[in-house]
Amino acid sequence: MNSRLATLFKLLALAALVAFPLVGSEFYTELVAKILILGIFAMSLDLLVGFTGLVSFGHAAYFGVAAYAVALLTPADNPALLWIALPLAVLGAALTALVIGVFVLRTKGIYFIMVTLAFAQMAYYVFHDTKFGGGSDGIYLDFKPSAAIGGFTPFDLAEPLHLYYFIVVALVAVYAFLTLVLRSPFGRVLVGIRSNEHRMQSLGYATFRYKLAAFTLAGALAGLAGFLYAVLFGFVTPEYLSWHKSGDVLLMVILGGMGNLVGAIAGAFALVGLQEMFSDWTKHWQLLMGGVIVAAVLFLPGGLAAMPGRLMNRIKGATHHG
Amino acid sequence: MDFTSFLIQLLNALQYGLLLFLVASGLTLVFGIMGIINLAHGSFYMLGAYLAFVLTSLTGNLLLTIALGVPLAFAFGALLEWLLFAHLYKRNHLEQVLLTYGLILIFEELRSLAVGDDVHGVAIPALFSASIPLSDNLSYPVYRIVISVVCLALAVGLYFLIQRTRLGMMIRAGSHDRDMVQALGIDIDSLYRVVFALGVALAALAGMLAAPISSVYPGMGSSVLIISFVIVVIGGIGSVWGALVAALVIGFADTFGKVLLPDLAGLMVYLVMAAVLLWRPEGIFRKG
Repeated sequence: MNSRLATLFKLLALAALVAFPLVGSEFYTELVAKILILGIFAMSLDLLVGFTGLVSFGHAAYFGVAAYAVALLTPADNPALLWIALPLAVLGAALTALVIGVFVLRTKGIYFIMVTLAFAQMAYYVFHDTKFGGGSDGIYLDFKPSAAIGGFTPFDLAEPLHLYYFIVVALVAVYAFLTLVLRSPFGRVLVGIRSNEHRMQSLGYATFRYKLAAFTLAGALAGLAGFLYAVLFGFVTPEYLSWHKSGDVLLMVILGGMGNLVGAIAGAFALVGLQEMFSDWTKHWQLLMGGVIVAAVLFLPGGLAAMPGRLMNRIKGATHHG
Repeated sequence: MDFTSFLIQLLNALQYGLLLFLVASGLTLVFGIMGIINLAHGSFYMLGAYLAFVLTSLTGNLLLTIALGVPLAFAFGALLEWLLFAHLYKRNHLEQVLLTYGLILIFEELRSLAVGDDVHGVAIPALFSASIPLSDNLSYPVYRIVISVVCLALAVGLYFLIQRTRLGMMIRAGSHDRDMVQALGIDIDSLYRVVFALGVALAALAGMLAAPISSVYPGMGSSVLIISFVIVVIGGIGSVWGALVAALVIGFADTFGKVLLPDLAGLMVYLVMAAVLLWRPEGIFRKG
């Protein structure tokens, strides 16, 4: 796809997102809002998996920490201030990622996958076993954060439509921000680490610091997604940090084709779409989900993202491989 | 804590650690030899426990169940390797993670379809249902001691299998250099199949042994899986000896953590892992 066509496609997709609440029902608007949040979550993981080559299986930890932060920052009888709760939640997620990153980035390959999973599980137990986060029941968020600036309130997150557009703006902002990051010298170093870390080291880059910065940044953005998720649904549970959440977001990244930010959003649509479809059919929808995943790995090496290229090649008579 | 309750905790820690070793040893062998990360390994533990529940309700005897269940699990492992895992050796870790994650979903739903989502108890075999009195009001169940002895015997057996037999020699060689082993004319495909099936059988056996004390419940596989990961990380990938030491360390950390710091019980094992990562990121017993 040439770049002008790609830009046109992105603008059309954005226009569709903006117009959606005008045509879609309230139920579907909330579903799309959920998918967009998961799209932010998937983009943040893609920074690690797709661009830096770090397969983290514990990304839900940062999502969950920020979700808990907004719940704990909301007083019992009135809303928290958005301009305070949001930065604090994101900061909390970033700090968690920074601390965990110091440990997990000492490992590589299979170890890294296992250790990220183990630390996320540790974070899960912090909220599951202790009382301050409401234990396994979680916490209800009685008030959505207030966007008041002095006496003026530009928008109201308790209003579903306002919240929806707030999420759309957040998605676009994260996409733009990550695009800039990846074009910057910092982003180039990350991609260099993915293709050959030793070479980057011998070029004089302290790769550990770059990886730690990427890990922290990805944690912060996952935190933004967790914050929005908690605000959208009005409650938090330890399940937000569970390893199924980490597995799901990894699936989204892979479905969308790693190293492709728009793909990560598409992956969120694809995964949630499949889940919704299967769970409409049967209570045991995970069986179908598992079957699809296993079949995809066995029969579609390269994932869904490789499909258009494969089809094009078949159409063109497979004269070259893509 | 007086001496008797200390002794009880000590025995519990030993029993828990040794049981974890059964699960982790298969995991570390499959990692070390085939280079495969298998998230579904915890599911084999879960399937073993449910098999124990289903078969004991049919046969009425856990010992008979184990005698039937272990060969079944071995055959199941061999089948699974032939059907799915054999296609994963040349794939990257991410694809291995994906496929085995999909398998977890499938196994959990099949379990839910076949047995439902309720918690079930499994009776301790009558032969081992007694308790040994330790003081006036404290006693220790014989069955837990039997578990420890069985696991210990298996650990010794595994040691001999790997260090002293021809199969073990091939396993050790295979973990060092796959291509060279193949070049020497050893059938690496069947070697892999045997090792994988052995790992499945060990995990399932651990589940069957644990069923009477932990009862069987949905999700029991994932908690064991993650603890096993911690053990493999601490012990070093591919090291059975490392897995044994690490499993015992985790058994002690978890058991005494629950007694001494009940609020932080769930965190203890991860704190141990964090400490080991700072000290030796490649695990305590990682060779080379």
